[in-house]
Amino acid sequence: MQHTTSRPRSSRPSVLLAATGALLVGGLLFPLQAQERGDECEAMVEEIRREVRATRRMIGTGSLDPGVLEAMATVPRHELVPKAVRDRAYRNRPLPIGHGQTISQPYIVALMTDLLEPEPGDVMLEVGTGSGYQAAVLAELVDRVYTVEIIPELARRARSDLERLGYRDIDVKTGDGYHGWEEHAPYDGIVVAAAASHIPPPLVRQLKPGARMVIPVGGAFATQHLTLVEKTEEGKVRTRQLLPVRFVPLTGEH
Amino acid sequence: MRQAKSDDGGAGLLLLSIGLLSGTSLAFEILVMRLLSIVQWHHFAYMVISLALLGFGASGTFLSLFRDHLRERFTAVYLVNAVLFGSTLVAVFAVAQRLPFNPLQLVWEPRQTLYLSTLYLLLTIPFFCVANAIGLALDRFSDRIHRIYRADLIGAGLGAVLVIGLLFLVPPVLCLRILSGLGLVGAALAAWSPHLGSRKRLGGILLTAGVLLPFLIPSGWTELRISQFKALRQALNRPEAEIVARESGPMGLLTAVRSPEIPFRQAPGLSLEFPGTLPEQIGVFTDGGSLSVINRHDPATEPPRFLDYLTSALPYHLLDRPSVLVVGPGGGTEILSALAHGGRRIDAVEANPQMVELVGHRFDEFSGRLYRQPEVELHVAEARGFMARSEGSWDLIQIALIDSFASASSGVHASSENTLYTVESLAEMLDHLEPGGILALTRWVHLPLRDNLKLFATAVEALEARGEDRPERRLAWIRTWNTATLLVKAEPFGAGELETIRSFSHERSFDLAYLPGMREGEANRFNLLEEPAFFRGATALLGPDSASFLERYKFHVAPATDQKPYFSRFFKWKTLPELLRLRGRGGTPLIQWSYLVVVATAVQAAGAGILLILLPLLLSRAEATRAPGTGRMATFFLTLGLAFLFVEISMIHHLTLFLGHPLYSVAVVLGSFLLFAGLGSGASQALTERLRDWDPLPGSLRRRAVALPVAGTALLALLYLPALPWVIDRWIGLPDPLRIPIAILLLGPLAFLMGMPFPLGLARAGSRHPEWIPWAWGINGWASVVSAVLATLLAMHLGFSAVLGIAAVLYLLAAALLLRI
Repeated sequence: MQHTTSRPRSSRPSVLLAATGALLVGGLLFPLQAQERGDECEAMVEEIRREVRATRRMIGTGSLDPGVLEAMATVPRHELVPKAVRDRAYRNRPLPIGHGQTISQPYIVALMTDLLEPEPGDVMLEVGTGSGYQAAVLAELVDRVYTVEIIPELARRARSDLERLGYRDIDVKTGDGYHGWEEHAPYDGIVVAAAASHIPPPLVRQLKPGARMVIPVGGAFATQHLTLVEKTEEGKVRTRQLLPVRFVPLTGEH
Repeated sequence: MRQAKSDDGGAGLLLLSIGLLSGTSLAFEILVMRLLSIVQWHHFAYMVISLALLGFGASGTFLSLFRDHLRERFTAVYLVNAVLFGSTLVAVFAVAQRLPFNPLQLVWEPRQTLYLSTLYLLLTIPFFCVANAIGLALDRFSDRIHRIYRADLIGAGLGAVLVIGLLFLVPPVLCLRILSGLGLVGAALAAWSPHLGSRKRLGGILLTAGVLLPFLIPSGWTELRISQFKALRQALNRPEAEIVARESGPMGLLTAVRSPEIPFRQAPGLSLEFPGTLPEQIGVFTDGGSLSVINRHDPATEPPRFLDYLTSALPYHLLDRPSVLVVGPGGGTEILSALAHGGRRIDAVEANPQMVELVGHRFDEFSGRLYRQPEVELHVAEARGFMARSEGSWDLIQIALIDSFASASSGVHASSENTLYTVESLAEMLDHLEPGGILALTRWVHLPLRDNLKLFATAVEALEARGEDRPERRLAWIRTWNTATLLVKAEPFGAGELETIRSFSHERSFDLAYLPGMREGEANRFNLLEEPAFFRGATALLGPDSASFLERYKFHVAPATDQKPYFSRFFKWKTLPELLRLRGRGGTPLIQWSYLVVVATAVQAAGAGILLILLPLLLSRAEATRAPGTGRMATFFLTLGLAFLFVEISMIHHLTLFLGHPLYSVAVVLGSFLLFAGLGSGASQALTERLRDWDPLPGSLRRRAVALPVAGTALLALLYLPALPWVIDRWIGLPDPLRIPIAILLLGPLAFLMGMPFPLGLARAGSRHPEWIPWAWGINGWASVVSAVLATLLAMHLGFSAVLGIAAVLYLLAAALLLRI
């Protein structure tokens, strides 16, 4: 163990200056940053609440499950995005995470999570891990999350970031998400990060009766709508499309 | 006489140099637009290049501000600018590619505008340099303006034609290297000219440098760095994915990718009831985006079954062993589907010969010898031109998912013409159907509905235009969550057919979007929208209040026509404030940025012009800017710049249909326009002198001889308004080798006259105040940039004939102004 003694009075002003500086940086700045992050995160959750109220008619609900909002407030989003965009982590906007991939804006993540109707004992599948943020939000709410990522570098990064943050209930696998993750099926919910030209039939098969799958449709940095795939208790499949924005295409309708 | 001759010989080299530099700069403009479309997106490429052309305008300012200084050092200034032009072509592109500019983030990140401005400035450099050289030559040899301008125009015309030809032969990055070398050769020619002191050694060095430069540039400089957000880069992210073929041409850079570990699975809107697996596919990306696939198939085995689980398979269930015309087959999925469904004769019309090369040769075996099947006949042509010339008729005309989802959804093509989805086009296709035949149109679904509704509206109007009563009985529409297929018939759908459509859709969990006699309760069963938007939209468009619906709908979904062939323009100004409020709150994808990009380009070009060109000139306190008549002179050159491009762009549009492809139209119109205008410029002085002395002409006109060619241009342009459709209609059926000369002959007289006003005005201005010459050069250059953008906006709202009409009025105004300079 290292022992340090402090000298109450330094004859050298530069040392004093350095010590004060260190004190400032170490003692003040970090907690301050954490405080700021907390404020930013709170503001983000507040904005999500507002957005949900504004788009009530489009998304069929006036408020999200409190658990979902709590999860959004808990997961350190800034820890899961690349350093270059960390300062913008809590803004309600999509961010680039490298390899041409993006992380959805928090409002969309919250909405998708809510649409899956997560319950504590659930097992969920995610196709397209990306930064690992969506998996972390889900992991706050359910028992276990299995997530598959095509790009090996992204899978590696997400795995180590999630481990570092203490998420033990998430399994990350590199591979082809089209076939889901057969061993752990069926799932109580599936979230697909980006739309393909069609809904993968293997994923529909891995969905429990009564469970839902949610797919955002659109380009990078722009989610056009969300496609919700619902499997009824009888095993019939229906899809539903939700516009995540308060917009009616015909005037005179509100 | 001898003196004049040797002078001509000397001037010849300088004129050749000017022609070469001018041609290279126009070729660079076309090429860099291609290159930026590959690494980024087309509409941003368009904006960047339009603004970079302001280099021409800025050069005018530069020349006027430092006129005396530069004139004294003409030789050095000309050579330095020519060398800089050539040597910066590759460099500016290399730097531009390395900027972290990402247009997709413009909404989210203010700093992106900084990168965008840097891009503009970078690409301005070569245009600024070349304009300095030519502008200074115009000023220095003001007694030979018409000949210098002729060389400039003819060079530009040849440059446009040559670069398009060159793109067929070599990859675009090699083109860039070649142009760079040509720039230096242009400098060498000038160095040899007696007007620049016959510097033989310097000329030799520059020529050698020009020849060697294309080979000496490090390969890393010209390697294409495609945006990581484009589909090709994303596909290459997959483990084991590799590029297996590349085909390059002026219609696009095609890249074929094989991905064995994580295969392509392109099956748009595949039914959830499909029990099987998809065949192996090769992905073909055009310009790094829009994916089309080639399916692996063995003709000895059954065709892939998934084809029957797509909405586009519906017409095959209504027809027995039909003859089929597949428009835009791309990788060939729809040809395979026609074969799988027992098509007895299949014609495929593919516009891009490079795509045919890939499917028909490179991957011939993989595709199951698709183009060598006895039933299949391939036509390399653009659909409209093919239709106009064909006397054939088919049981089914199949147009399925020609644009990729991404390009259609981001509205990339708001400002691009599309002559396929117009009222006239659909009506013509209906004319080519056998009795009982079907026109089937499949598109991606974008919510809230835009293109799908517009297509329906266009079909309704096409039926009405053909005089079919009760169009509601001749349309049927089905959909999945992301695709929709519209069937159009000349005859009403029968009860049996409607029953088949219902059972086909039900078995596959497809929704009925609209059927004759359908109730609202039948819609929106499997793929639920918040409301049955397809059915309600269709009923509104068929009902008596369709005009009010089109007015009230927040996107522009009124039918596209040949006059305003902007199918992908959905933008409405009145919706903008609402969407801007929703920007960043999920509303971003609803704003059609590609339309706003055109407006933004016009605004920026106008603003930059005032800032970079007019303001410095006004502040320069030059005596010439205070002289009486300055305003008239400036307005004259502004008017000319606007009118010239209005006519040119309107002609490119009108002849696109006639010549069969926009590319041929651009090449023929630019080439012959600039060539004839060049000849007109050369003849301008002699012609006005002749007119002045021509006795049969009344004295009042003879005194105004200088304005006659300008007024003549206006009158001829007006005459073309009715003449053009007549000519096109009459001769569109002729083969290529006849239509191209007809087009050139048609353009010749007008272009010849249009080459005259600029040199006539410049000579007149120069004789009043020599300092006006660079001024005029700058204003004209600036107006040309604004004009190209403005013409697109005007055509979107008023139509192409209106653009030509406005140009005629501008020429009349110019004639009046010229007399008062």
